[in-house]
Amino acid sequence: MARPISPAVVADGLAAAYGDQLIWRNASFTVNTGEFVAVLGPNGSGKSTLLRLLLGLLPPAAGTLQVLGTRPHRGNAQIGYVPQRRNIDRDLPVRGRDFVHLGIDGDRWGVAMGNAANNHERVAQAIRSVDAQAYADRPIGRLSGGEQQRLLLAQALAGKPQMLLLDEPLASLDLRNQIVIAELVAELARANGLTVLLIAHDINPLLPIVDRVLYVAHGGVAIGKPAEVITTEQLSRLYDAPVEVLHDSHGHMFVVGLEAESAHHDA
Amino acid sequence: MMPEHYLAAAPYFGWDLVRDVQELLRYAFMQHAYEAGTIVALSAGVIGYFVVLRGLSFAAHALSHIGFAGATGAVLLGAAPIVGLLAFTMSAGGVMGALGQRLRGRDVTIGLVMAWSLGLGLLFTALYKGSAGLAIGILFGQIFGITSDEVAVTFVAGSLTVLALVVVYRPLLFATLDEEVAEAKGVPVRGLSIAFMVILAIAVSEAVQVVGVLLIFALIVAPAAIAERFTTRPSRGVLLSAALAVLFTWGGLTVAYYFPYPVGFFITTIAFWSYILARVLSDVIARRAAGRLRPWREEQVRHSP
Repeated sequence: MARPISPAVVADGLAAAYGDQLIWRNASFTVNTGEFVAVLGPNGSGKSTLLRLLLGLLPPAAGTLQVLGTRPHRGNAQIGYVPQRRNIDRDLPVRGRDFVHLGIDGDRWGVAMGNAANNHERVAQAIRSVDAQAYADRPIGRLSGGEQQRLLLAQALAGKPQMLLLDEPLASLDLRNQIVIAELVAELARANGLTVLLIAHDINPLLPIVDRVLYVAHGGVAIGKPAEVITTEQLSRLYDAPVEVLHDSHGHMFVVGLEAESAHHDA
Repeated sequence: MMPEHYLAAAPYFGWDLVRDVQELLRYAFMQHAYEAGTIVALSAGVIGYFVVLRGLSFAAHALSHIGFAGATGAVLLGAAPIVGLLAFTMSAGGVMGALGQRLRGRDVTIGLVMAWSLGLGLLFTALYKGSAGLAIGILFGQIFGITSDEVAVTFVAGSLTVLALVVVYRPLLFATLDEEVAEAKGVPVRGLSIAFMVILAIAVSEAVQVVGVLLIFALIVAPAAIAERFTTRPSRGVLLSAALAVLFTWGGLTVAYYFPYPVGFFITTIAFWSYILARVLSDVIARRAAGRLRPWREEQVRHSP
């Protein structure tokens, strides 16, 4: 008899705010263990804010939130996090491998002692899992966006997490690399039984792999299968404005009529 | 400054290494200079690696200038210069650390504080009515005048800075390279920023004794900047930086023993030309490496789907 699997994330009446500024509220949703969820929504709608709540970097303004069976807290070793891609200085004199190593023991005091060999093997394993052996020893700032993204993903995986929170890992990649990275994440998640929340701008490269989408817009949150949530009716209700979802012959989805809704501050 | 009578007998220099070293360590002032210089260089080299990595070269430079006001002020009040140096640099370092990322791009503000500190130091020197030697000593260093007590103090301060850096090494590296992830992983990013600047303040205050307020770049920034050109491994970078700082200091002290010119000149000269040499060398190495790697990169691009 299969044991009931406890959900990875349970939000109930959750609200997020920076000071007095309410970002969204009344969010009640559940993310199941092992589920791959794409987090969508316009700029500034509070997608990154949701990750900050899950990481315990921002306390909920209202409601309750459970992550992997506990309340969110900073330094949760069960969560692997890749923030929105920063521009890594081209001249940063540090190998990709050292970046990955930080994911294992970067938060420990002192210098590395004792199980160094074991840690090196774990780093090598994480690098192999994202197929980055060829360039892991080059300065990370000199690598392409896709290569950096793989190594940052390896850093998150090196800590052996149960959940991955990825903030726009596909941004500034060409379409081909978006698909490659998205499939890599999906494959790693399947192999390791990881729950994934991945923020994206465009659902299309993710359509073949996501289980559900979580739409953050207009101060609210909606969750469901892509075909259920990304519809003219659902999004129009969520945005409280006329929005239209178009489909092309390949099954790709395009949301139009959002321009006026996009806030221009990034949250 | 080197007292006249030390130069009465022409110093020996030859191919006999043992005799050279005996000659160099013949006088207590030289022994003290090597002892203090080595400790100072070690801590300057180690912290310098993080200064360069964190983009804080200018802030380190400013800290030493702020220290000038503290050192001259302390003398005016009848205290030892190092007391004022530490008091001023540590408080300024604490403030800078608390500002953290907001310090970036504040060159004008930092520069103004720096200029005003020099001005204050000038006033304190004038009020003190002592010899101009005081100000010159603080501005350009006075390693040959260091007493055995001061060597002991330097040893304690130097060991503390190195020890503190060993303790914070990994989280500091994490916070420096990847602040957001480090924060999410529970690394106290802000606390580390403050701690780092306070440790830097102590290292700067020590280094001022050797190269003075104005020449601090030679010991804190130059070795690290050179090291970062030759290794992409942080642990090796730290060790190489420390080794280079010690070499520059030993080289400067040794040459200054034989020639009647200031040690600060020799240390900065060695640092400057080493940096130039390092740039040329590392460019050559990089060009060769790029030549080898080009075919691989193209293959990667074609390969990517």
